[in-house]
Amino acid sequence: MIQEVFDVIVTTLRMVVGITLIMAVFLLVSMALSFLYGLYSKGRGMTKGYTSLKTVTFGDESAVTANRFASVAAVVTIFLLWCIATGSSLIPTVLPPPFVGETEFEYTARNANGETDTATVLVQVYGSDAERPDEPEALPPGDGFARNDFVQIVERRTKVLKVQNNDEGGKEDGYEVIEINGTPVTRETVVPFAKGEIYVTKQGSLSVRPSTGLTMEALYLPPPEKVWSSFITLNKEGYQGVGLWENVFWSLIRVVIGFSLGCLFGIPLGFAMGLNSWLRGWFDPIVEFMRPVPPLALIPLVIIWFGIGEQGKISLLFLAALWIMTIAARAGVSGVNISKVHAAYSLGATRRQLLTKVILPNSLPEIFTGARVAMGVCWGTVVAAELVAAEKGAGKMIIAASKFSLTDIVIIGIIIIGVIGYGIDVLMRKAENKLVPWKGRG
Amino acid sequence: MTGLVIDDVSMTFELPNGGNVEALKNINLQINEGELLSVLGPSGCGKTTLLNILAGFLAPTSGTMAMNGHAITGPHSERGMVFQQGALFEWMNVAKNIGFGPKMKGTPQAEIDAKVTELLGIVGLQDFAEKMIYEMSGGMQQRVALARCLANDPDVILMDEPLGALDALTREKMQSLVLDIWKKTGKTIILITHSVEEALLLGERLLVMAPRPGRVHKEYRLPFAEMGVGADLREVKRHPDFGPKRDEILSMIWDMEEEIMGRTESA
Repeated sequence: MIQEVFDVIVTTLRMVVGITLIMAVFLLVSMALSFLYGLYSKGRGMTKGYTSLKTVTFGDESAVTANRFASVAAVVTIFLLWCIATGSSLIPTVLPPPFVGETEFEYTARNANGETDTATVLVQVYGSDAERPDEPEALPPGDGFARNDFVQIVERRTKVLKVQNNDEGGKEDGYEVIEINGTPVTRETVVPFAKGEIYVTKQGSLSVRPSTGLTMEALYLPPPEKVWSSFITLNKEGYQGVGLWENVFWSLIRVVIGFSLGCLFGIPLGFAMGLNSWLRGWFDPIVEFMRPVPPLALIPLVIIWFGIGEQGKISLLFLAALWIMTIAARAGVSGVNISKVHAAYSLGATRRQLLTKVILPNSLPEIFTGARVAMGVCWGTVVAAELVAAEKGAGKMIIAASKFSLTDIVIIGIIIIGVIGYGIDVLMRKAENKLVPWKGRG
Repeated sequence: MTGLVIDDVSMTFELPNGGNVEALKNINLQINEGELLSVLGPSGCGKTTLLNILAGFLAPTSGTMAMNGHAITGPHSERGMVFQQGALFEWMNVAKNIGFGPKMKGTPQAEIDAKVTELLGIVGLQDFAEKMIYEMSGGMQQRVALARCLANDPDVILMDEPLGALDALTREKMQSLVLDIWKKTGKTIILITHSVEEALLLGERLLVMAPRPGRVHKEYRLPFAEMGVGADLREVKRHPDFGPKRDEILSMIWDMEEEIMGRTESA
């Protein structure tokens, strides 16, 4: 236990170092670009307008607006870092890529009789997504007891080459590889060669490791062009028999239905709680208990109750949206300025008219805020629910792809999920501006 | 019996710590039709409570009130109210706010429109019918509130410091507007205010209330409201009787405030 906690602390500290490094790189780029932008905008006389006349801007919230140039530059920077890290073909090489191609080295062996002989090893390294190349025909054996060898290796991988296997007397005691490319070696040492390094194993074999370069392997992060081409294929053929947009459509339809049900029941419930003491007391413990339970924690129960079909997922999203909408509607009713209610009654409104003409419109801003939160939560929940159990859906697509290490599909899925989540929020904000223009201006 | 009759009204609030506050004690008042009554007093003298009781938002702990011979039991469109701020409906434009009362009663739209146009003219907002409430200044909003109240044609207009949040210039213009409306419509108006000058200008009859328990301390009959109709209010303030009256009432309220402070300190 103590050991485990200690390990967590060590891991955390290492993460702090890692995060600091990444942030530092990103911020350095940002600062450099900011400096250049400053020169550019000053040169063009772009710093005009009222804000430029303010002498106090540090701490003045109204003087700080998002610099759209910086936003674009940040996205481009991330894209470029992605290209650099993966050795993308879209940009010139920055980091050395892993070695692919042919190379060779020489080794010198001594046999049991104390004679020495030198032979050549031809190393053929091929790309991980390329076909295995044909072996060269009938390698000349060379003279002496040490025979020439040939090895084929996938890029970034290591292969153990038993040069003694085809050498005369290689199996006898006393046989030993003593030099590589003229450098004397013993067992368990590493020597570099032209395009990588060789480790002489405990058993005296040669473990050949071609240079891995500094770029990331596609298994962890594929380069953008590979993700793009996968996207084209995915768009055309789908994945596991389900089209890309069909997956997205199913996720969206679940969210829309679940969210709508949540609104349909949550808003009246919130109104009831805001208008009646008995009903507020009646529902209070339920709402207050259910609100802090994350919808994801309900997934196991929902699967036990409803199975993995649509009903389960929609129920889950309904529950995710319900409490948020209830609380938003309740807050909306509670937030009605008592003067407005008094005014409406003094002007002759009935209770029903008060509800529809005053309380409902007055709580719309709160309901919209709740709806935005609920939509965000629903979108997150549907993806998570699909990760656990689904036949179709964006979450299902990425979890299935991850099981086959199809990182490109996983990344496409994540990008689409992010873009749609953002799109939903933008739409909700647009609707809010259109429908409750008085929000925050009372 | 026309007008408002307040018969021995008392209001006691229970405090959470078990004590009681007598917000109003044995108030007796008769307010005639067409009277312009201003109510003045230090904070805590129960003037807003009195207004809320008259509007029907609160029931007194004892005593009765009657309006035109029938008892007041709740809010009613015969008693319109103008609030300090925040009582307009932001989701409606100016015209819809003003037409709210008639609309609730099911008045035909053509009639509502005519009424709204007329009232917009009275409060000087002819060109603002389609504007939203949040696009208007505080003074304009109070004009809308006044028009909204008038649209319902109430017998009594209750005003709860309607000009309290306005700047001095706007306030002066609005005071003239209130006088004009009073004269033009002949409505009974009860106005609560913190400002001694405003109480003098906008009260044919002026009640000074005293706190703990809330009660009517002194009552005046004043000529200034009648003088102010259609006249420059600054002229009225220069009237030889105006200054002395203002000083008299001010020192009266000062004494009350000091008494409260003294009592709080010794307690």
